[in-house]
Amino acid sequence: MYEFDFVKPTTLADAIAALGAEEAQALGGGQTLIPTLKQRLAAPAVLVSLTGIGEMQGIELGEGQITIGGATPHAAVAAEVAAAYPALAALAGNIGDPAVRNRGTIGGSLANNDPSACYPAAALASGATIVTSNREIAADDYFEGMFTTALEDGELITAVRFPVPEAASYQKFEQPASRFALVGVFVAKYPEGVRVAVTGAAEDGVFRWSEAEVALSADFSPAALEGIDCPAEGMIADLHGTAAYRAHLVKVMTRRAVMAAAG
Amino acid sequence: MPKDHGIGASTKRREDVRFLTGAGRYTDDINLRGQAYVHFLRSDMAHGRITSIDTAAAAGMPGVIRIFTGADFEGIGGLPCGWQVTDKHGQPMQEPAHPVLAQGKVRHVGDPIAAVVAETREQARDAAEAIEVEIEELPAVIDMKAAVQEGAPKVHDDLTSNLCYDWGFVEENKAAVEEAFQKAAHVTTLELVNNRLVANPMEPRVAVGDYDRAGDESTLYTTSQNPHVIRLLMGAFVLGIPEHKLRVVAPDVGGGFGTKIFHYAEEAFCTFAAKAINRPVKWTASRSEAFISDAHGRDHVTTIQLALDAENNFTALRTETYANMGAYLSTFAPSVPTWLHGTLMAGNYKTPLIYVNVKAVFTNTVPVDAYRGAGRPEATFQLERVIDKAAMELGVDPIALRRQNFITEFPYATPVAVEYDTGDYHATMDKLVEMADLDGFAARRAESEARGKLRGLGVNCYIEACGIAPSNLVGQLGARAGLYESATVRVNATGGLVVMTGSHSHGQGHETSFPQVIAEMIGIDESMVEIVHGDTSKVPMGMGTYGSRSIAVGGSAMVRATEKIIKKAKTIAAHLMEAAEADIELKDGQFSVAGTDKSVAWGDVCLAAYVPHNYPLDEIEPGLEETAFYDPSNFTYPSGAYACEVEVDPDTGKVTVERFAAADDFGNIINPMIVTGQVHGGLAQGIGQALLEGAVYDENGQLLSASYMDYAMPRATDVPFYQVDHSCQTPCTHNPLGVKGCGEAGAIGSPPAVVNAVVDALRSGGSGITHIDMPLSPARVWAALQG
Repeated sequence: MYEFDFVKPTTLADAIAALGAEEAQALGGGQTLIPTLKQRLAAPAVLVSLTGIGEMQGIELGEGQITIGGATPHAAVAAEVAAAYPALAALAGNIGDPAVRNRGTIGGSLANNDPSACYPAAALASGATIVTSNREIAADDYFEGMFTTALEDGELITAVRFPVPEAASYQKFEQPASRFALVGVFVAKYPEGVRVAVTGAAEDGVFRWSEAEVALSADFSPAALEGIDCPAEGMIADLHGTAAYRAHLVKVMTRRAVMAAAG
Repeated sequence: MPKDHGIGASTKRREDVRFLTGAGRYTDDINLRGQAYVHFLRSDMAHGRITSIDTAAAAGMPGVIRIFTGADFEGIGGLPCGWQVTDKHGQPMQEPAHPVLAQGKVRHVGDPIAAVVAETREQARDAAEAIEVEIEELPAVIDMKAAVQEGAPKVHDDLTSNLCYDWGFVEENKAAVEEAFQKAAHVTTLELVNNRLVANPMEPRVAVGDYDRAGDESTLYTTSQNPHVIRLLMGAFVLGIPEHKLRVVAPDVGGGFGTKIFHYAEEAFCTFAAKAINRPVKWTASRSEAFISDAHGRDHVTTIQLALDAENNFTALRTETYANMGAYLSTFAPSVPTWLHGTLMAGNYKTPLIYVNVKAVFTNTVPVDAYRGAGRPEATFQLERVIDKAAMELGVDPIALRRQNFITEFPYATPVAVEYDTGDYHATMDKLVEMADLDGFAARRAESEARGKLRGLGVNCYIEACGIAPSNLVGQLGARAGLYESATVRVNATGGLVVMTGSHSHGQGHETSFPQVIAEMIGIDESMVEIVHGDTSKVPMGMGTYGSRSIAVGGSAMVRATEKIIKKAKTIAAHLMEAAEADIELKDGQFSVAGTDKSVAWGDVCLAAYVPHNYPLDEIEPGLEETAFYDPSNFTYPSGAYACEVEVDPDTGKVTVERFAAADDFGNIINPMIVTGQVHGGLAQGIGQALLEGAVYDENGQLLSASYMDYAMPRATDVPFYQVDHSCQTPCTHNPLGVKGCGEAGAIGSPPAVVNAVVDALRSGGSGITHIDMPLSPARVWAALQG
């Protein structure tokens, strides 16, 4: 690592003030940022830890919606929303390993927007609202491509609000080495329709598979997907799979998610 | 009833107490007063000519003590190669120089260019970033077959080509093999790749160099499997330090798997730099560095052909293999695809004619050398795959085809220059069929199919050559070292023993199993025996641990030394009891006079040896300490039969190993629990190779799988609960313990079982597939299913 200063504010206001400094960088659970620093691929002057801010912590189970503080670790989500939103809890409980789940935060994951991360699929499929330090952003407007989001400099995710669906499931096919999603599909059924979000597969990061959404909104069953294929264009091709393979997996995982959600 | 102590007992590993409680002392735990740190600036380019290195700015950075480049090593030796292979024309292999720091050219990503020694690690790294290096990029040679084409860019300008050697074995048999193929009723051909692996021991490599100006003595602490070999190679060939002025210590070492056998540039550098700056110098590899500087394993591309007669008897076998050496010759690299591979091509079968051709090739990649099994997994994989393919083509049962061709009479001289002393291949196959419940496979397949899954069964045999090795034989084959082992048994005055062994333990449990042998011989408690290893200042010249040699060779040396101790102790006991030496018996730690009730305890004899008041001083010297060097007369030949059952998800191509059974013949066994553990570990690595692991370079020589984000290691959830049996025992006939060695078997025998099983599964679903190259990743299996 290069040298940096470290601050751990206890209020959102102090965090935002600290982030105003030159070359300041917010630090959530550090599951991406710390390895990046160790490889000397980033050189912030000051790290602003978000884990000491009470107003960014915790989970609120409301009527038909769940609000999760931006600095809430995955393990807390896995434990606390299991009854209210089991598919979301299952997703959180299957990110990385226990150490990752006890450090990594939902806000950190969504701010980073790794194209293979799990949470972006949950947020997009749920039509979640990303609550930031100065506004609310609909998930549909938030994800702008691989490692790119609508967040502005110094803007922090303070909470994420998930409307609870009637039925949902997240199916992750793991990349053999990293165990990130080679393809992950989150299917969520709401009264107004079905949303299908895909992570891991596309060069532009998480996306909604609208053709499947239309079919599943009409008939929420695996049969509805027959005859629909996800195009390979724009899919990631690497050591672990071709674009065609990923496109194929999108359909397989979508079908499995529907079966699991409907079952 | 199983024994509770001595040979054959599952004594719990005493070393685990310190390993599991964080009290192990690894090389990185060693911190010396005044220690400085080195950071290596490594090439990020696979091939290039260094046009300039400017260290001026870096030298002025905070904490920098000194910066070294290749120029500092001019006139100093390069890293030596320990084995010279002679090609099929009788010419020695091409042997390029291997400088400690790059001189003139960089030849692989990770090749060290410069080394910054500074007060702290971070300062060294900061300064390394300030070194200005200009490199003129040259085209990289990555593909082996392209590398040996006329006009290919040369990795080493001073060699005639990228071909290290073209080896034919046995060259004299070539014509007869050709003739047998002409006459064959059936020929099966298979082209396959044995994937390149990164060893990934849990502990990365570390080196600490120290120099004592008062005595002009150098010490190297290093993560090695064989500290004496490092002392000899580094002292004699690189730095010119006589062995009496050089100490090499390999303390607790966290796994080696072969990659810590070799002498590395970082070891020589730290030893050299410590003297140059008169301060200790430490290097600890990061995991990222390990990927691009630890010797890799395997990386063969092979065409194998098996000839059969009309009755399905194997009549001849021939192979052509391209073996990747990487950019330089690592210490034992040339021996792996030749003498550790060609000599095993007979496998468990009485194929009368065999010809093996190996072309070793230089490429702009990390050097490749021995990795768990070293040559034998490559031999086993191709042989057991081509037999399965032959069975498929002929429509016969693959187990029956193997049984029909088994060697059944021992000793058996193979057509590839080795003589198997013992074995019983039908016995291990019988055991396998029973323990793996092969009769129940059809029902299990039906159950899988009902869930939409494809189930496959793969069975294979293996043989390996362990207990490396008879020195006079390997000398004729090009080894530049002897391969004996040493042991000094020191008995203390109060009866406890310290055994100094040249075998090195880096996970094998020697500290537990070796005392079991000595305790059994004397009839005392295992706790009275302590094992010392890994320090050239304490242990007689020994060759270290690899090739499943520790118990077979090191254990034999220990037995020989203990026999000398017992002989002398009997002389002392005879004197104490005023009896004839020939009448003295040793049992349960008591010396007694045959036919009488007279006895004297082990401890009394030991005390007499060191307090020789009543002692036969006219016959023997005081003291009780003996050394033995044991040089084996042959290799040992463990063998076995393995069965793997997989389930394939046809929608995704994902393979899960549902069952794995291993029936091994290791000869006599010292500690069954440790043997089982060794097999478990070997199986995990073999399954890892078959399903997950693969070091992949792009065409520019960038390692794409350079971290755990892309290099897939097997995890606990990737392997099943194994069924392991080693009750089939045909003891080795030529070592005193009748042992064969067990460290590599699992890694040798398991990859073909997995691949055979996956091919079987896919064919059961209607696919016409005959082979898939490892690793059988979901993407590859799915692609194969698409045709």
